[in-house]
Amino acid sequence: MDEPLLRMRNITKSFPGVLALKDVEFELHAGEIHAIIGENGAGKSTLMKVLLGIYQPDEGTIHLKGKPFHAKNPRNAQDQGISMIYQEFNLVPDLTVAENIFLAREQRRFHNLLIDDKAMLSETRKFIGSLGLDIDARLTINELSVAEKQMVEIIKALVVKSDILVLDEPTSALTEKEVQRLFSILERLKNEGVGIIYISHRMEELNTIADRVTVLRDGTFVATHEWKAVTVPNLIRMMIGRQLNDLFPYVPSKPGEVVFKAHNLNRSSFLKDVSLEARKGEILGLAGLMGAGRTEFARAVFGADRKDSGVIWMDGKEITTRSPHDAIRHGIAYLPEDRKKDGLFLELDIYDNILAGNLTQYSSKGIVNDSTCRAIVDKRIAELNVKTHSPRKIVKYLSGGNQQKVLLSRWFCKQAKLIIFDEPTRGIDVGAKSEIYQLMNKLKQAGAAIIMISSEMPEILGMSDRIAVMYEGRITGELTRAEATSEKVMALASNLAVKA
Amino acid sequence: MDKTRIGNTKLQLNTSLMQKVTASIALLLMILFFSIVSPYFFKVNNLLTIALQTSITAITAYGMIFVIISAGVDLSIGSNIAFTGIMVALMLKNGFPIWLAMILCLVVGITAGMVNGILISKMKLPAFIATLGMQMVLRGLALVVTDARPVYLDNAPQFKQIAQAKLFNTIPFPVLYMIVLGFGAAFLLRKTVIGRNVFAVGSNEESARLSGIDTEKVRIFAFMFSGLMAAIAGLILTSRVNSGQPTIAVGYEANAIAASVIGGASMRGGHGSISGAILGAFILGVLMNGLNLLNVSQNWQVFASGFVVIFAVYLDKVRTSRN
Ligand SMILES: Nc1ncnc2c1ncn2[C@@H]1O[C@H](COP(=O)(O)OP(=O)(O)OP(=O)(O)O)[C@@H](O)[C@H]1O
Ligand SMILES: [Mg+2]
Repeated sequence: MDEPLLRMRNITKSFPGVLALKDVEFELHAGEIHAIIGENGAGKSTLMKVLLGIYQPDEGTIHLKGKPFHAKNPRNAQDQGISMIYQEFNLVPDLTVAENIFLAREQRRFHNLLIDDKAMLSETRKFIGSLGLDIDARLTINELSVAEKQMVEIIKALVVKSDILVLDEPTSALTEKEVQRLFSILERLKNEGVGIIYISHRMEELNTIADRVTVLRDGTFVATHEWKAVTVPNLIRMMIGRQLNDLFPYVPSKPGEVVFKAHNLNRSSFLKDVSLEARKGEILGLAGLMGAGRTEFARAVFGADRKDSGVIWMDGKEITTRSPHDAIRHGIAYLPEDRKKDGLFLELDIYDNILAGNLTQYSSKGIVNDSTCRAIVDKRIAELNVKTHSPRKIVKYLSGGNQQKVLLSRWFCKQAKLIIFDEPTRGIDVGAKSEIYQLMNKLKQAGAAIIMISSEMPEILGMSDRIAVMYEGRITGELTRAEATSEKVMALASNLAVKA
Repeated sequence: MDKTRIGNTKLQLNTSLMQKVTASIALLLMILFFSIVSPYFFKVNNLLTIALQTSITAITAYGMIFVIISAGVDLSIGSNIAFTGIMVALMLKNGFPIWLAMILCLVVGITAGMVNGILISKMKLPAFIATLGMQMVLRGLALVVTDARPVYLDNAPQFKQIAQAKLFNTIPFPVLYMIVLGFGAAFLLRKTVIGRNVFAVGSNEESARLSGIDTEKVRIFAFMFSGLMAAIAGLILTSRVNSGQPTIAVGYEANAIAASVIGGASMRGGHGSISGAILGAFILGVLMNGLNLLNVSQNWQVFASGFVVIFAVYLDKVRTSRN
């Protein structure tokens, strides 16, 4: 048996109030893609942050190529051959793509005194091109979509040659096409002998690339297997400790009257004559590729962005939504896709995060009813299984998936007639996903109209009553649940003619 | 749900509580120190003097804390105090009933705050610039309408009771105002919808907006409250000196900011408390008073308070980065 590339032994790490990792074992070989799976808060990201030197373990040893390994910080880890792509973005919003990629390793000229912008820019462009990507290196991060930001994170880790590449849910913000591109890059690296650690909640994806898999549960090591030797249901049972019978608990419903209608919405080049209806008691899946305009549509409806023209009706009455506040008064709610920037209050606790914007419901004469609030928050936390020891935990310290659950909880409190969920299950573990679907079902059975924007084909096909597809700012087609197939949706999403 | 517990959960989680504990310990140590080095310090009369001197700082800090939590700053407080003071003095001089003069004065203060809020939330000016402008505008007005001369109050003898009367002949009224307003402000901040929304707006404005919070209203409210507190301070101060002084209260905003920050408010927004602001105000008050008793010159007192502010914020940084 040859020496593994990386060996982590008995890794234990605690945070105030939480034992995040307990005696975890992990081994990685050169030239393999090794998946790590587990529920939200199982300790996946923490294990990797220990490896990268972001956290120092309380106990345990790490060996790289047989020699003891210790990283003081991520930069130091990278110098020793380990790079990581993070679940949370670590880009500087006001700097350009090129500046971000070369952050702290800027190319210099004139006796090292000046930063060589030109050289950096052309290097970055060359690199982006060689990966087959199309992102303007001069744009600032602020100007990029979530998917593009994710690609920049990936590029940033790839500019330096490494022995080990760690990816923490890299695809949760990407759509099919970019995912394929990322996978071909990973295959190439793997063949060059790089060891790849890949954290994901998407089983279909792991099916195509994983060689081995390690399962974590509640901070403990469960098992490591050859991917081919285990079935997905088995893995899910190891992860969540119970059988999950139905990934997509769809309940058929009889859609009622039209509550929401948008007619010919336009916004510069993002939206072109978009018309859409949503009925009481249905989930309308809104599919499309990255940049297809789905988020732009939602934001225009919600009054988060100005629209150039177009009319919106609720309950047959024309309404104007100049601000989200307006929209909510008319019964429209929107769960944003970029949870860190547009959704969470990272410095506030779970309690305040769930209640933000919902306090009016739980107050009388402007005075908040604390005991109702506490009961609601406790109920939401239990419902979505948010992993925390206290509702007073600062959201910044929750795992990525648990942050998303907190955010969803806020929207499940809203009493809206139309709720637009933008990528609702991004980064959420399989067990909790089905909880979320059930909550959506409840909403629709209670008579709400739901528009679910999603880039996950199984989710779109599994949960929607009806599917609309967008391509470059236009609606290219609508499918009923019965007629929808993955091929048809993809065809509409890339605007290829389909034969009915 | 699976819960794994170990050790000191609660303490670590609540950093603002930690800040208050630190500040309280600092305050106690200062009191202890001054009690030892000066025989005049720990006397009932002196302690009441401290409370009286602190009351203006504390009351303005109540307003400032709302603004700071909303991720803004209000530099117009000192001028607001002077201007409202001039206004009440002029009105009384012209025979307005006291109650009417006072109410109009509060309206003036609130209006100045509202203008600040509108400039910042609707016209998107940075708070620093907008309130700096307001500071100069109000100070300018105060000087113009009085021709830079004090307005003496000879014909409204009851008005001086507002600040000069004492409960049971011992506790100065301003100290009572400080206490009552403190409870009111804390209630507003922690228990009402609009108060809680101030935290959300200051913590992440875009998230707040997309959650359906009327962020403009919240911001304007925070500045209006700050204006109201400044106007109240203006009334108290005018009553205390029994005249409207156009050059009074210069730089009082600095004290309010200092008190807030010492008490754990973060200039980045989202953090802060009324109890912290009171603690901060008392730390400054005790320091001034103690140094006074030790015959340290006024100039060195200013130096010392600046030092305390920087040190308090530094301590906070050290602690939060360690977490
Ligand atoms: N800095 C921190 N302070 C306190 N608790 C933390 C901190 N970082 C992580 N935790 C806790 O440690 C546990 C493991 O978190 P981790 O981020 O590793 O989960 P994960 O497996 O990556 O989950 P997800 O799938 O949601 O990303 C969680 O309960 C989390 O709340
Ligand atoms: Mg994670």
